[in-house]
Amino acid sequence: MDAALEKVSAKPDLLLSTKHSLCPGCGEPLALRTILELVQELGLRERTVCVCGIGCYTAFPSIIDVDVIQALHGRAPSVATGAKRVLPDRFVFTLQGDGDMVSEGLQEIVHSAARGEKFTAVLLNNGVFGETGGHMTATSVLGQKTKTTMETGRVAERHGYPIRIADVLAGLDGPAYVARGAVHTAAAIAWTKRILREAFEAQLAGRGFSFVEILTMCPTDWYVEPSESADWVETNFSGTYPLRILKGGMMVR
Amino acid sequence: MTRVLLEGSHAIAEAAIQAGCRFYAGYPITPSTEILEYMSHRMPQVGGVCMNAESEIEAINMVWGAAACGVRAMIASTGQGISLMQESLAEMANAELPCVVVNMMRGQGDYFQATRGGGHGDYRHIVLSPHTVQEGVDVVALAFELADRWRNPVDVLGDFLLGHTAEAVAFPSRDGREPPAKPWAATGARGRRAHNVTPLGSPEKLNLDPGSHHAAIAAKLPRIAAAEQRHETGVLDDAEIAVVAFGSPARFVKYAVRVCRERGMRVGWFRPISLWPFPADALAGVATRVRALAVFEQNAGQMIDDVRLAVLGRVPVVAIGGISHDHSGFGVGPALEPDHIVARIADAYGQHVASRTTEG
Amino acid sequence: MRRAATVTIDVETCKGCVLCVEVCPPKVLVMSELTNTMGYRYPLLLDGCTGCELCYKICPDFCFEVYRA
Repeated sequence: MDAALEKVSAKPDLLLSTKHSLCPGCGEPLALRTILELVQELGLRERTVCVCGIGCYTAFPSIIDVDVIQALHGRAPSVATGAKRVLPDRFVFTLQGDGDMVSEGLQEIVHSAARGEKFTAVLLNNGVFGETGGHMTATSVLGQKTKTTMETGRVAERHGYPIRIADVLAGLDGPAYVARGAVHTAAAIAWTKRILREAFEAQLAGRGFSFVEILTMCPTDWYVEPSESADWVETNFSGTYPLRILKGGMMVR
Repeated sequence: MTRVLLEGSHAIAEAAIQAGCRFYAGYPITPSTEILEYMSHRMPQVGGVCMNAESEIEAINMVWGAAACGVRAMIASTGQGISLMQESLAEMANAELPCVVVNMMRGQGDYFQATRGGGHGDYRHIVLSPHTVQEGVDVVALAFELADRWRNPVDVLGDFLLGHTAEAVAFPSRDGREPPAKPWAATGARGRRAHNVTPLGSPEKLNLDPGSHHAAIAAKLPRIAAAEQRHETGVLDDAEIAVVAFGSPARFVKYAVRVCRERGMRVGWFRPISLWPFPADALAGVATRVRALAVFEQNAGQMIDDVRLAVLGRVPVVAIGGISHDHSGFGVGPALEPDHIVARIADAYGQHVASRTTEG
Repeated sequence: MRRAATVTIDVETCKGCVLCVEVCPPKVLVMSELTNTMGYRYPLLLDGCTGCELCYKICPDFCFEVYRA
């Protein structure tokens, strides 16, 4: 009665190990899987140079089967600039968290985008400095409890406002493609894969700087159960950071 | 050999181009700016890249990226700009990235910054100190070779005077020597396993092992120290006092020593060319033959620490230099007048030699 | 007739986040009582898997392989 079963899903070929130390329910590995699937599907392994920032995701360079340049906190866009300028036919992308890119490295990402440097910047945005234990970043939303805003949550009077970096970059002339996705539901993951593909294709076609922000769950530093983190994204996060294409969209909707 | 009249900054930049440097990033800052200017028009001519970066930190990290991809890369700045870059300069040693860092100093107050390292951790840069524009050319070529040989940043310390003095220089022949192959570089994993270029630990996948990685890098330092000490000396055979100086001021010291000799003082000079590793072995040897060492440097006393460490109390070490600036603050002050230097040497001679002639 | 499908679960890699249990449309995943060597409970598969792959998509630890006819 049973027809032969075929394997239809397994870990990406470009993932060298499933053992990582990120938390239960973390969204970053879901973003990574999507990226690795695309690199594989587009046949880019032998041309890829990933430039990785500093955060929880710094665990990834050791377990992915592409060349990686490990950069310092905030500096990946400058490192990627040097790499792509000297090896323009390689596929160069950065992998950075919000603390890395929007706090420490705001200057680096804005100038790289303004210059239209032809790499793809990928932002894993969970609104906290996860690796240091969950402190406020430039993207933490108003009201968000973090280790440095525990009593009141983020309040504008004391802590200022978050920066919607995708919107800032979309307002510059340099970027060819700017989009925002998330990984808290299967539908969001599918959307994110589509916009990542568009961003990668913008680089491959030589159209210029491309940027994808991915909202990732951090149940540990959001103080929720993993099963509550999808709701947390919808209730507290994606209102400030709506999922959409901000510049350069080619998709027919 | 054909000689070309070039000002120091341009000569240093051209020497880098001829050594195969194909990536430069910089930020305008006196007295290094002319290197950036020269590179901005010369790099495109050789198919290289020159980035006028929006900040020093961005510039050094662009150099990081180019170097990590296996390209010879250089940056130039002055002390303040080098200060801004320190985290990256420290970690590029941990990432074992070759690159050349030129500090066109204002005076000589960046000796500690270069030789001790202004960054964190146990790293060192090789530091080379030319005293003429021709030596600047020679040292830049050497810097790229040493950077590739040891997979470590190499600093070249120039200064305002060197940068803005024009001399006729000859560029060393490459003899068809290409930069070495760099299989460790991040170029896309074509036909090989993927690897990392990282300051955090092993370049291998699946096993970061930071402890072993950092221990291996630290173990490199004594090997570099044994192999790369460089210096030159003059008029030391019967010298009672050796004047120790580096960089442009050493050129003035050579002249002052000649004047002292004409006045009957038995004085010689010792010029470190590598500041790290400091030529301690050679200087210790000199200390066995003189009554005192007089250190002439344009700062509040920095190289003098290394001089003292090299001789370990064997002879008196006296400071005869000091901070000296003109009204612009860029370090060409009255202390560089030959008469002034001669007077300081004569003082030291009087204190340590003349009063002891009866003792033979 | 529902097509044949199943998943394999690497229970030693599971960190007990329960996202797969929440996302499974036919509700054929339940958390164990026992724990793995990391100390986490892990999902067990009941009959009725449709091979929709949602568990694979939502798992941050790459525990699932999905098989379909």
